[in-house]
Amino acid sequence: MSTETHGHGHGDGHRHEHPSQPDLEDQPVGYYQVMTEALGEVLIDKGVITADELRQQVEWQDSRAPVFGAKLIARAWVDPDFKERLLEDVNGAAAELDIDAGDIPIRAVENTGQVHNVIVCTLCSCYPRSLIGLPPDWYKSRAYRSRTVREPRAVLAEFGTEIGDDMEVRVHDSTADLRYLVMPMRPAGSEDMGEDELADLVGRDSMIGVALARSPGE
Amino acid sequence: MSDFARRHHDMGGREAGPVEQGGHDYSMWEKRIDAIRRLLSDDKRRMMTVDELRRGIEELGAKAYDEMSYYERWAASTTNLLIEKGVITIDELGRKMEEVEARWTAEQETKE
Repeated sequence: MSTETHGHGHGDGHRHEHPSQPDLEDQPVGYYQVMTEALGEVLIDKGVITADELRQQVEWQDSRAPVFGAKLIARAWVDPDFKERLLEDVNGAAAELDIDAGDIPIRAVENTGQVHNVIVCTLCSCYPRSLIGLPPDWYKSRAYRSRTVREPRAVLAEFGTEIGDDMEVRVHDSTADLRYLVMPMRPAGSEDMGEDELADLVGRDSMIGVALARSPGE
Repeated sequence: MSDFARRHHDMGGREAGPVEQGGHDYSMWEKRIDAIRRLLSDDKRRMMTVDELRRGIEELGAKAYDEMSYYERWAASTTNLLIEKGVITIDELGRKMEEVEARWTAEQETKE
């Protein structure tokens, strides 16, 4: 194995001494860390993957962040034609902005004055990770997966998002073959803002649907 | 809704407590098993699909599902699938695990 991947093996790897926040599902992790390291090395030894491919994949996922999704949303807010294309085909629209949305289709669902959308994966953890990074722990939790389809308004309220009774709430259950991205409503008071400033208003949680886009100055 | 014949992972609509909104930063080994899984599913390899990963996780059983962390389940499922498909053998993996463990222990002792 190369020095590079070897470097990943220890450091913040197998000792797990100083996580910045404890894992919600914290369990003794040593065995599976060893297994993961060994699995990677066996696959490299057998030529199934290369150390370089593995390093690049880790880097690629590390580079994924909500800023990509936010750029798409901001462009859609200022450009109605782009918005139409985004609603038609997220992966294609992302490519227009040189954003790699991956191979799995993602569908954008638009919040309006009448409809609020929220995403979940009841069976596991599917998520538009190419556009907004890896999912937060709560997205993968039993509570979120169980309750979001049953009582979405109560779940949203726990996130501080109150949706009025006059609004329809649509819950989208993601799968391995189709993921969703919520297009939040453009907030009031943002009429004069440019695309970059608008993108700053679009947080991760607003694209999951558990929050709204931030108001200017918030 | 009847829970008859519903499997453990199929939890949509069940009762549950409040959503715990904290989180943790992913550690390198978690990123690594995620990356390995993605490489194995890419166009170059097509050795496993996301659905197979999930089937492997579900086969770990209800107790493991609840007790193992998210990426521990990924590591177990990915490894089981590769053994099942004959991509690796359990002996190869076992030997490599001993090697890795011995190496890490030695590194730790050098530091101390």
